[in-house]
Amino acid sequence: MNARAALLIAGASYAGLQLAASARNLGFEGRIVMVGDEALPPYQRPPLSKGLLTGKSTVESLPVKSEAFYSESGIELLLGRRVATLAPERQQVTLDDGSSLEYDWLALTTGARCRPLPVPGADLAGVLEVRTVDDALRLDAAAGGARHACIIGGGFIGLEVAAALAGRGLRVTVVEALPRLLARAVTPQMSAFVEDLHRRNGVGFAFGQAVAALHGDNGKVCAVELASGERIDCDLVVVGIGVIPNTGLAEAAGIACANGILTDGLGQTSAPRVLAAGDCAAFPNPYAPDPALPIRLESIQAANDLARAAASLLVGAPQPYAAVPWFWSDQYDAKLQMAGLMAADDEAVVRGDPASGRFTVFCLRNGRIAAVHTASRPAEHMLGRKLVAAGASATAAQLADESFDLKSLLA
Amino acid sequence: MPTINYILKDGSTRAVDAPAGLSVMEAAIRANIRGIDAECGGCCSCATCHVYVDEAFLDRLPPADDMEQELLEGVAAERRPTSRLSCQLPMSAELDGIVITVPATQA
Repeated sequence: MNARAALLIAGASYAGLQLAASARNLGFEGRIVMVGDEALPPYQRPPLSKGLLTGKSTVESLPVKSEAFYSESGIELLLGRRVATLAPERQQVTLDDGSSLEYDWLALTTGARCRPLPVPGADLAGVLEVRTVDDALRLDAAAGGARHACIIGGGFIGLEVAAALAGRGLRVTVVEALPRLLARAVTPQMSAFVEDLHRRNGVGFAFGQAVAALHGDNGKVCAVELASGERIDCDLVVVGIGVIPNTGLAEAAGIACANGILTDGLGQTSAPRVLAAGDCAAFPNPYAPDPALPIRLESIQAANDLARAAASLLVGAPQPYAAVPWFWSDQYDAKLQMAGLMAADDEAVVRGDPASGRFTVFCLRNGRIAAVHTASRPAEHMLGRKLVAAGASATAAQLADESFDLKSLLA
Repeated sequence: MPTINYILKDGSTRAVDAPAGLSVMEAAIRANIRGIDAECGGCCSCATCHVYVDEAFLDRLPPADDMEQELLEGVAAERRPTSRLSCQLPMSAELDGIVITVPATQA
């Protein structure tokens, strides 16, 4: 292949795809090459912990764009390949097959990998993680023959998998090291709602417990041992304890990293002409409790919107990231949605009755709406994004009063 | 194979093959139809796949459930009686030739 690309994208992911697509939409005409280490072109990840496990989604429906999109847009895909080393000073990379490519611009959209469980027995058969389509298919197959699943980690992935497996009739136990579920992302009020939702669906919990070891029988997992000594018998373990950003390439090349490749609001790294976006990138977010501190947001929205910002830079019309962070999680029939970024000391105000299954929790910070978390109230979520974007002022009394018209806060 | 006729923002029409089962949104995304986004990937959470459906086909569609109705309240462009979220519209032989108009904006 010819040795130079105008835009070389390392990582065939949401961020990588959005960067390529937005660059073309904005009129970027140079050669675009996207390298991905999986066999599939960029594909949807949300169904991996939901529809692919419940039967609602198929592998065929996962790719985000059709093959025709890439050819029509002039985006060359190099799949099943990996960028091995970077030489930013020469604007060159080497691939894992030994070939090299020069670039005008390089984008690192390498994503993240699952954090491994650092205990004995973690490599037993039946101990799975969920990050790729292959992982999901493995889990789907294992679930078919399993009776009791133990999910390690009460975050979004763990809980979505718990919901899917409970829906398939498995007995499910979730082990969470912190005192409540989704502790990093939602208020105690929302944690309580989610826990209750799962308990009503037969899921059991162990809180404030670390895992000491996984035990096996003939090489296959048969129990999870907690730090307390308590054992949970199971024949399937799913580990969802977070991800580690894939910063190896950047670090080896001397590019600044700190829990992610550090970028500004346009995706620019410390190396000239090297951009980063997606799960591997950490950047200062205007909606964070500390807007100056780089944070790594693990969401499709953050990946796509930083990628869009980076694309605007490529065509010389820079529009830095400014989008309200938002996220969603579907568990059973509940649609959980989050807008804005919560801080631990925000004042939480509940609107509506959690027992009804549809309610909202507002996070007030210095008299302004900083985050809005909803359960099965999509209209309030959409309004919540606007309220957060506007930094709308409100009192707790107004937010808690269902007869108070929230739209008036935008006037 | 059923066809969807998308009327784009510039007034032109694009005919797209859409196998039964694929949603009107998915078919649009695959074919790179501008103006139909899918921020949430099609799980009825973002209202960026808003479209106007040709009146002649409206009755052949499954009715909008509560979630979709709520999200339609928040669409960026004008909400009309023919407004639907295209991620909730699976294609079928019955819908062959359906005319879908892309709204002015999704943001």
